[in-house]
Amino acid sequence: MPAVLVLGALLMVYPLLWMFSSSLKPEDEIFRNLSLIPQALTFQNYPKGWTFFNVPFSLYFINSFVIAAIAIVGNLLSCTITAYVFARLRFRWRNLWFSLMLLGLMLPHHVTIIPQYIMFNNAHLVNTILPLVLPKFLAVDSFFVFLMVQFIRSIPRELDEAATMDGAGPFRVFVDIILPLCTPALVTVSIFTFVWTWNDFFSQLLYLTSGDKLTVPLALRMLNSSTGEATSTWGILFAMSCLSIIPLLAIFFFFQRRLVEGIATTGLKG
Amino acid sequence: MSQQASVGEVVRVASPARTVRQRSANGAAYTMLVPWLVGFFGLTAIPMVASLYLSFTDYSLLAPPEWVGADNYAYMFNGDYRFWPSLTVTAFYVFVSVPLATVVALAVAVGLNRKMRGIGILRSVYYLPSLLGGSVAIAIMWRELFDKNGLVNLVLSWFGIDGPAWLALPQTAPWTLVFLHAWQFGAPMVIFLAALKQIPSDLYEAAELDGANRVQVFFTITLPLITPIVFFNVVMQMITSFQAFTPAFVISNGTGAPLDSTLFYTLYLYIEGFGNFRMGYAAALAWVLLAIIAGLTALAFATARFWVFNPDD
Repeated sequence: MPAVLVLGALLMVYPLLWMFSSSLKPEDEIFRNLSLIPQALTFQNYPKGWTFFNVPFSLYFINSFVIAAIAIVGNLLSCTITAYVFARLRFRWRNLWFSLMLLGLMLPHHVTIIPQYIMFNNAHLVNTILPLVLPKFLAVDSFFVFLMVQFIRSIPRELDEAATMDGAGPFRVFVDIILPLCTPALVTVSIFTFVWTWNDFFSQLLYLTSGDKLTVPLALRMLNSSTGEATSTWGILFAMSCLSIIPLLAIFFFFQRRLVEGIATTGLKG
Repeated sequence: MSQQASVGEVVRVASPARTVRQRSANGAAYTMLVPWLVGFFGLTAIPMVASLYLSFTDYSLLAPPEWVGADNYAYMFNGDYRFWPSLTVTAFYVFVSVPLATVVALAVAVGLNRKMRGIGILRSVYYLPSLLGGSVAIAIMWRELFDKNGLVNLVLSWFGIDGPAWLALPQTAPWTLVFLHAWQFGAPMVIFLAALKQIPSDLYEAAELDGANRVQVFFTITLPLITPIVFFNVVMQMITSFQAFTPAFVISNGTGAPLDSTLFYTLYLYIEGFGNFRMGYAAALAWVLLAIIAGLTALAFATARFWVFNPDD
């Protein structure tokens, strides 16, 4: 049984290893030699890919990182305070709002994407990063609100009651008591926000159009569509694809326990 | 004033003082809820109403929306030669890949649910594709794996099979997308593993004493107890796979080729709305998608009582 499991695990990562080794092969060797070890090892695909477009690939990485960083800040601020209100405060129509928030977990965003696009288009915000990051400050990712609600509910109420007795209002309780105790959940929210934003393709495809605004997925897509039977740029395509998953691999190596816990406790899709 | 709020929760007596306290608590809560409320109305509720309205119009962004009644829906079901292929291939993708990924996830989770050196590393390796899978890079890699001269056909050739040009044939192209989904079974596997660890070990010990073999133990103890998790995984995967976009877009270069065999529903919606700028029609497509997902979710919940374990029964 363990032998089968090990074999299966190898099968799972083999495509990734194959892509990496292909990025180190000369163009004419990629589909001729399918072994993992290149006959003629070359690193040329990396610098060639990096400078393939008018602007260096580093710009796409910076664009992607900026969007991810702002998205993380937005989600941390908005989802935590929203979750605190739902988890701790009593107010009129709380259950109604909470149910609506939960329904948002299941809503396909295609139902809202067209009016949203029209709205951002009318505000002349298409081809800026605002349509991608602004919603994060408005707690639109119900998954994270839900995750934080679950986490805050597990914090003993005596702590906030003690602070309330000392005269702290709800906002003070949130900032002084709840927020510091939420650190593990905040890390989980940050990690998942990063992964989802880094992998996001649909909304970036919609909103970012000009060459200098492109993100890593959009640049890869351009490389991909210019690669075909006629022009051979497979090596470059593989090299840039490998680079694009390095941040995800880094997250995987440093935070895999948190990733696994986050998925196991909330059913978040990885 | 606000320090009384938590006391007010407990003392459920209607008094003028309580009303004042409650009002102040309401005020504090709603103040902090402002970001979410703005997002809920501005980015979800109002756009939903707007997209429902748009679905009854012709709208190209350039001229104001023009009311056409139910024409968009009528055209979708009776006139549009691309709608049914896109719905069919999406349904095929969902109904083949979700059960496939669920079964594999459960099988691997059962295999990994043991104490053994290095089991954590194995678990991570199985999970990794799930983390990377949604990216453009992986879709590109997949495209090359299934190239006529790619790795998959090389392996097949060892067994004397002359593999097809997977992505060039409408019969095989959708399968590559199914395999890509199935490869990413890591997240449901992790959820299954967490559930398997919750099963009390005395149940297994009792079964062992009764002389049950491993297959019997799985089907009489493990599987019935984790049916709620199976249900959860299937429903969540179904909802997300109906919305799959990136792999189909990358593999077909945004066209749904060959012969619309990879024209996922959301890809078609994207082409109509943002390629042809038929925003009214795209909104109608979105509402039909919502209806399909809601209908299937409701169906899943309706059938749940026949096969999902409920500890209260």
